[in-house]
Amino acid sequence: MTDALQVALPARALPDSTATRPGRLTRVWRRWRNPIGLVGAAVILVTVLVAVGAPLIAPYEPSSQAHKRLLPPGAPYLMGTDELGRDTFSRIVFGARVSLQVGALAVTIALLLGTSLGLLGGFYGGRLDDVLMRVVDIMFAFPGLVLAIVIAGLLGPSRNNAMLAIGIVYAPAFARVVRGSVMAVMAEPYIEAARVTGASDWRAVRLHVLPNVLAPLIVMVSVYLSQAILSEAALSFLGLGTQPPEPSWGGMLSAARAYMELSPWMAIFPGAAIMLVVLGFNFLGDGLRDVLDPRLRSL
Amino acid sequence: MGTYVLRRVLLLIPTLFGMSLFIFLMLRLLPGDVVDLMTAGQEQATDESKRKLREAFGLADPLPVQYVKWMLGLLRGDPGKSLRSGQPIGDALGQALPVTLELTLLAVLLATVVAIPLGVLSASRRDSGADFGGRVAGLIGLSVPSFWLATLTLLFTSLVFSWVPPVSWIPPTVDPLANLEQMLLPAAALAVQLMAIEMRMTRTTMLEVLNQDYVRTARAKGASERLITYRHALRNALIPVISVIGFQIGTLMGGSAIIEVIFGLNGIGATLIQAIFNRDYPMVQASALFLAAVFVIINTSVDLLYGYLDPRIKHA
Repeated sequence: MTDALQVALPARALPDSTATRPGRLTRVWRRWRNPIGLVGAAVILVTVLVAVGAPLIAPYEPSSQAHKRLLPPGAPYLMGTDELGRDTFSRIVFGARVSLQVGALAVTIALLLGTSLGLLGGFYGGRLDDVLMRVVDIMFAFPGLVLAIVIAGLLGPSRNNAMLAIGIVYAPAFARVVRGSVMAVMAEPYIEAARVTGASDWRAVRLHVLPNVLAPLIVMVSVYLSQAILSEAALSFLGLGTQPPEPSWGGMLSAARAYMELSPWMAIFPGAAIMLVVLGFNFLGDGLRDVLDPRLRSL
Repeated sequence: MGTYVLRRVLLLIPTLFGMSLFIFLMLRLLPGDVVDLMTAGQEQATDESKRKLREAFGLADPLPVQYVKWMLGLLRGDPGKSLRSGQPIGDALGQALPVTLELTLLAVLLATVVAIPLGVLSASRRDSGADFGGRVAGLIGLSVPSFWLATLTLLFTSLVFSWVPPVSWIPPTVDPLANLEQMLLPAAALAVQLMAIEMRMTRTTMLEVLNQDYVRTARAKGASERLITYRHALRNALIPVISVIGFQIGTLMGGSAIIEVIFGLNGIGATLIQAIFNRDYPMVQASALFLAAVFVIINTSVDLLYGYLDPRIKHA
């Protein structure tokens, strides 16, 4: 009864005693239902374009040391130059490649590894599932960044190892979600039917199980992309990720620390770049959730 | 309730055991070896002298023997000695723990004090300009890398106040004011992300609760909006927020490692990172396990608190 009442009455029709006449900003906000998601998508699109077209956009070679050192921002060096006389703007532009590549590949590793483990555990169950889930539980019990620091550090500081470390650390989250969805699907009669008609395990998984876990995976990928980019920056900042002279935002920020009283802009631009991209993904994620989860949108 | 608490506490034992095994295997199975690193570039290091070094460090034993030795040591309260400095690891971690704990707890405190009122405000003025601003601020807070904030904070204080962080940690027992002065900025830099998460969570749960029947009943009875918000809604809305705080403490401890490095604080995270660069196996092993153990214990405590606050899940 109460449920029916709530469905019948849209949330906005409920008396809202704090509401006075909505302000200008409020009216603008209501007109464009989801500006946040759109802004996020735009930021990501621009970043991808910058990364792809880096050689066209960057005015100088990112590792060329042919310029004067520690110049402040201004023509012709949009963001100044660094301690070795490299153009900061060019390095930021090329750094977008590193950030996006590492983020995307790390999430791909997590997705493939986690999905395989989750499928195996959820589909076959039994002892295999028990062992897999214990390992997942234990990995969850570690603070994520700490685990990434240890794995990246032990493998040896490099861009690929940082990518691998981030991928391994995020894999359990994917494994758990996939396993949960698979378990739910396995209880459905159509799986039994498929088996009775003689479908192989792989066919049953491919046709009946995978399509069902796709939706939660899409949302997870967008969330973990922003996390992976932040983690790569953190590892590179600590010297455990992308190594100089390759331009990475985390590494640039770390190098800036020694010179930042002389040239604060060296510390400002790389961090702002990280924030902007992560912000883009978070905006998009928020927008996506609003669209994909109507229950939350009404709130 | 008693048996539930007991079961949760006993469950810590297999978890910690599994974590120790995981860390141990990870350190042994991943490539890279302390002896190779220590002797790198030294011409006179022969295979023979390397073998002797490995034996001295106990790295020549079979893996199960090494693990059992380590566990027995841990159970006696002796995690061994640092391969680099020879310092007992127990002492090093004992000195580092209060720094990390203070940093983490201060960050949780700061985040909560700011985030919950903001979340309530945002929810009770849903879709207003203030709410929109709050949501955007929350998303920005989620996206700011804490190590960038920390770097900028240091830049600002050194340029404007000529303040640089003290070389070593000042315990609050020695000088509470100096301690606070030293810890407030790193804790604030660490707190921003959690603040954003808590604010968003408070907003969402408040909106959910404000739609409940009992809130409408309270309104119908003529209760003031203030009473409804704080007495009826907030109390229930806070329960999920508390569990999120517990879960986020792990993220905080990871972030704390970087903040410790930036502010020159000798916490567990900084110790761990130093040990990794040194390939100081016993030190990496012990500090990683220690950090994980603190996290698991805090998490269990939060879970128990959660059960206490929400009677519906007491026997879950």
